[in-house]
Amino acid sequence: MLAYIVRRVLYAIPILIGVNVFTFALFFWVNTPDDMARMHLGIKRVTPEAIAKWKEERGYDKPLLFNSGAPTLKDQFAQTIFFEKSLRMFAFDFGRADDGRDIGREIRARMMPSLALALPVFMVGLLVYITFALGIAFFRATYIDFWGVVLCVAAMSISSMFYIIGGQYLVSKLWHLVPISGFSGGPDAVRFLLLPMAIGVIAGLGGATRLYRTFFLEEISKDYVRTARAKGLSEIAVLFRHVLKNAMIPILTGVVAAIPLLFIGSLVSESFFGIPGLGSYVVDAINSQDFAIVRSMVFLGSVLYILGLLLTDISYTLVDPRVRLE
Amino acid sequence: MDFLPVVLFTDWLVFLLLAVVAVTVWYVRRKEHLRAPWRRVAHSRSGMVGLTVLLVFVVIGLLDSLHFRPRLSNPDPDAKAAYAVEVLSVLDVALEPLRARREKTYSAPLASRLYAKEAIELGDGRQVREYPRLRFGGARLADPDNERDADIFRRTLAGVALGAIAWLVVALVVCVLIARRTDGHMASAWRAVWHGETEVPWSAILVTAAVLLVGAVVIVTLSAEYFVFGTDKVGQDVLYQALKSIRTALVIGTLTTLVMLPFAIGFGIMAGYFGGWIDDVIQYVYTMLNSIPGVLLIAAAVLLVQLHIDTHPEWFPTSLQRADLRLLFLCLILGITTWTGLCRLLRGETLKLKELEYILAAHALGVRHHRIIARHILPNVMHIVLISVVMEFSGLVLAEAVLSYVGVGVDPSMNSFGTMINNARLEMAREPMVWWSLAAAFVFMFVLVLAANLFADAVRDAFDPRVRTRVLSAQRLLKLLAGGPARATEARGS
Repeated sequence: MLAYIVRRVLYAIPILIGVNVFTFALFFWVNTPDDMARMHLGIKRVTPEAIAKWKEERGYDKPLLFNSGAPTLKDQFAQTIFFEKSLRMFAFDFGRADDGRDIGREIRARMMPSLALALPVFMVGLLVYITFALGIAFFRATYIDFWGVVLCVAAMSISSMFYIIGGQYLVSKLWHLVPISGFSGGPDAVRFLLLPMAIGVIAGLGGATRLYRTFFLEEISKDYVRTARAKGLSEIAVLFRHVLKNAMIPILTGVVAAIPLLFIGSLVSESFFGIPGLGSYVVDAINSQDFAIVRSMVFLGSVLYILGLLLTDISYTLVDPRVRLE
Repeated sequence: MDFLPVVLFTDWLVFLLLAVVAVTVWYVRRKEHLRAPWRRVAHSRSGMVGLTVLLVFVVIGLLDSLHFRPRLSNPDPDAKAAYAVEVLSVLDVALEPLRARREKTYSAPLASRLYAKEAIELGDGRQVREYPRLRFGGARLADPDNERDADIFRRTLAGVALGAIAWLVVALVVCVLIARRTDGHMASAWRAVWHGETEVPWSAILVTAAVLLVGAVVIVTLSAEYFVFGTDKVGQDVLYQALKSIRTALVIGTLTTLVMLPFAIGFGIMAGYFGGWIDDVIQYVYTMLNSIPGVLLIAAAVLLVQLHIDTHPEWFPTSLQRADLRLLFLCLILGITTWTGLCRLLRGETLKLKELEYILAAHALGVRHHRIIARHILPNVMHIVLISVVMEFSGLVLAEAVLSYVGVGVDPSMNSFGTMINNARLEMAREPMVWWSLAAAFVFMFVLVLAANLFADAVRDAFDPRVRTRVLSAQRLLKLLAGGPARATEARGS
């Protein structure tokens, strides 16, 4: 087990290097620092001096890969854009954003609001979806099942933005129950987070319930369930004691991959509700065309994704004794 | 010539896609074993209802894909022809009244007066603050405040009647066709359709057609005099915007999968078939691409493309061509982020297939690798390709709206559901609320995505040997984009 984990972590390193080089190529070769400077200073009427100054302020004035002007061999590689802007991200040193703020500190500060919204949505959502799916599976092949699936498909067909807009209109504007948007620290945050949480859970209801229903139905059609019924177990006992347990395997292993990504939060709901998390950080960075932030978030996102894959594989061995990792 | 045809990049691809579909249909019709699963699709009620609705959207989208630049009128007949910089489509010509009618600012659906009060000069020099009359909406009425409701009622009634007549014609044609295939009696064909006894669920299709036809004709009769979905901030017809958005949604939903297909199929089969270092390299590439959160990769790439477009304005004769290039790049980038899922599925399936006896036999007979892949592997994985193409469509349409909201979607000047929602978002805060833009975007998007979902389910049920919700990358992408962790649950599983 330990050897497997070590091997997986080692395997993640070339992938992260790949991501790193790929983003470097995308941000500094396809699109040179000169282009960036020109975009920020305005496309037209920009002097070479202004560009040089902009690049120097942000440390983009060094060579891309190899600095032949540096005194030692070490510095020849270290004093380059690739080393300073790209490789340093492995140490989670993200440098500064275009407005001069430290990206790493900003990310650490914004992680908590993102997590405060994403974690409850994740937990409550999982509970609600499993309950609904089990309920529909209990009434399988009846009108309740049919209409349940119809409702799920209809709910899946609505863009998540409409859930947010509709929720904001009904709950905040019409009923005045919670503020439309905003955020504050401490226990007061609950007031602001309640609506985004509820909407987050509801927006995922259709798709998740339908998916879990198929998991349950697949288990229900298996032989051991027939045996359990033949022994005279009640339908409730069959569903809860046998089917639920076994269907949890695909459900749990499926959602584990998403756990690390909870840190990143959700772009749309954070920016609609004005929650200062990482999701709205990305949206703001995109709107102000801050490439340094987008680059950092790309790297962070890949690290978390790979962590998620690792957790998924480990969780397989934990919940399913049939799986052994070699 | 009175116009200069303009073929945008996406137009080329749309026509290419159309040609591919036509060739596929022609090919499938001749092979019984290929027709069998399609027959199962044709017998599915929900699938055919979805297809009927989708076809209407596709026709609108195709009309909107025939672009041209009208000739500017010039009194001198010998002068060199000059063409307008504005690129129009056939749909624009059909919707000319909707496109040309401009109010000053917001007006509610079916209104005859503006949404905001204005100072109006009376004849004797005094001013009053009042809701001014619209230039076009209900303009023919002398006393709109009293006559409007009756007028709308009359027009709706006329629309329903006309729609019913049009539907009757369609239903009769269907019955005649069925009668010619069966015993030739109209009455028995009618009865079979009416009682739902036909193999293809014509009753469901005709009910859908009835709803669509009556709805469309009522909208047409009302549009002659009113703005059915109101007008937006600059006074443009919201219905027109919604209809123009259809093409964008369809292009994103179909071309993205079209551009990714060669990569996904080629790499997926190669990785599975050859194994060894080829497999390692391909797996490495798609794990790497997959590990970058989709929306961030899209954001990065779109920002870069936008920068290139901005620094080279001389490449594009018209603004539509510029917006079109951005749309094409959006499709490409979305394709890059979504091809990995299909690639993995194809790799797994090829791994399974290459161990089977008939492949072994082909090897023993000395068939070359490329022949084996083309003749024996490719046809046996095509059902996976088809299922994933139709399943990804709805996810991509939803993703477009989110991307446009975030600011990395289509060009802001291009009509799309995302830009409609984005523009209308701030209108929610107005008092009284401006809800009609959102309502129009919601209705059109919901109908389109629901129809696509129903059709995709029918295709999956017909083609998938083990019917079960497959995990597709568009859903995973959507999870990252939209619902965050709440949607995460739907993404993984098989």
